[in-house]
Amino acid sequence: MTIQSLDPRITRAGIPTEDSRPLEPKEDLDQFETWEVFHQQKRGGHPEHAGSLHAPNAQLALVMAKEQYARRFKCVGIWVVRTADILTLSTEDEDIFVTNSEKKYRDAGGYRVGNRVSAFKQQQAQANAEGTP
Amino acid sequence: MNEAAINNLITQFADDALIIAHRNSEWTGLGPLLEEDIAFSSIAQDKLGHAQALYNILHTNFGGPSPDAGAFTRDESQFRCCHLVELPIGDYAFSLMRHFLYDAAEWVRYEALESSTFVPLAQLARKIKGEIKYHLFHAKTWVVQLGAQGNEESHARMQSALNETFALALGMFEPSEFDGELAAAGIYPGEQQVQQRWLELIAPVIEQATLQLPSVEEIDRSASYGGRKGYHTEHLQPMLNEMTEVYRIDPTAEW
Repeated sequence: MTIQSLDPRITRAGIPTEDSRPLEPKEDLDQFETWEVFHQQKRGGHPEHAGSLHAPNAQLALVMAKEQYARRFKCVGIWVVRTADILTLSTEDEDIFVTNSEKKYRDAGGYRVGNRVSAFKQQQAQANAEGTP
Repeated sequence: MNEAAINNLITQFADDALIIAHRNSEWTGLGPLLEEDIAFSSIAQDKLGHAQALYNILHTNFGGPSPDAGAFTRDESQFRCCHLVELPIGDYAFSLMRHFLYDAAEWVRYEALESSTFVPLAQLARKIKGEIKYHLFHAKTWVVQLGAQGNEESHARMQSALNETFALALGMFEPSEFDGELAAAGIYPGEQQVQQRWLELIAPVIEQATLQLPSVEEIDRSASYGGRKGYHTEHLQPMLNEMTEVYRIDPTAEW
């Protein structure tokens, strides 16, 4: 007996309904390594991290990256980098950032320029409307 | 205005694209790797788009059927696709090698069509150039990877896939009674020239993949001719039956 499916491709595959082979654990390293994908939405723009994928080498990672992460929206470029090649801090070193929230004096949010920018824009618009340079 | 010749030319390209799109989409959900499943399905979807655009050119310029009617209501004798695209998907090596040989031919065809005097075709060729460039990049990368950088098994399977598909691929370039007329009018350079450029494009890739290209001279290429005249392999009609199954339940249904 083979599996009879509504999907003719599955029926054609002739898969036995009861597979008598025992389930064996997969060998280690059965999977390809992972690659990180960065996409660039406009020329000169920042490459932004889009996600990761499995691939056997850099060239195929690039081929796969295009369809996994750049098939829908505007994109002008892709980077791929082997996940293992990214140097990162371990989670137990997260404490080096722990007092960040106390150092308000480093926070650029303290500069209140929003009003001045709006005022400047308004002034420019008015000047343009009046025809003065 | 070389209407019959253009009609014949576009029907061939559109039917090739439609049938290979359907065949390659049969891998959707069954591909060897998740990433590859997505990429191959996406490429198949692009091919379907090319077929639709080509049927649309016939529809708007020569009063041909709508793309849906053209795709879903003809029987095999009305199709002009080559035998290569009709064959079942086989193993993944077969499907990849067919994809490589087919997309190399598309690259050459559309490159020539970019300067076609038939403007709608030239416009389409320029529009889809990037898609075909990616399709060929995908195919080349796999052929070289599995031929030269895999193992003994992957090399052997790619070589037998090449041996199986090469003669069929020559059927893509079956000469047409319109070849001379199309070349004279600057519409399309003709299959003989396209086949030559195709061989020049695939040979270095096959070499890089450390595979042996069968000799064109030793092949009876007429064995894979006939598709352009409506004579097909036994695989086409069953595929059409399957492809049109849902459409035939209610041809007026809107999706």
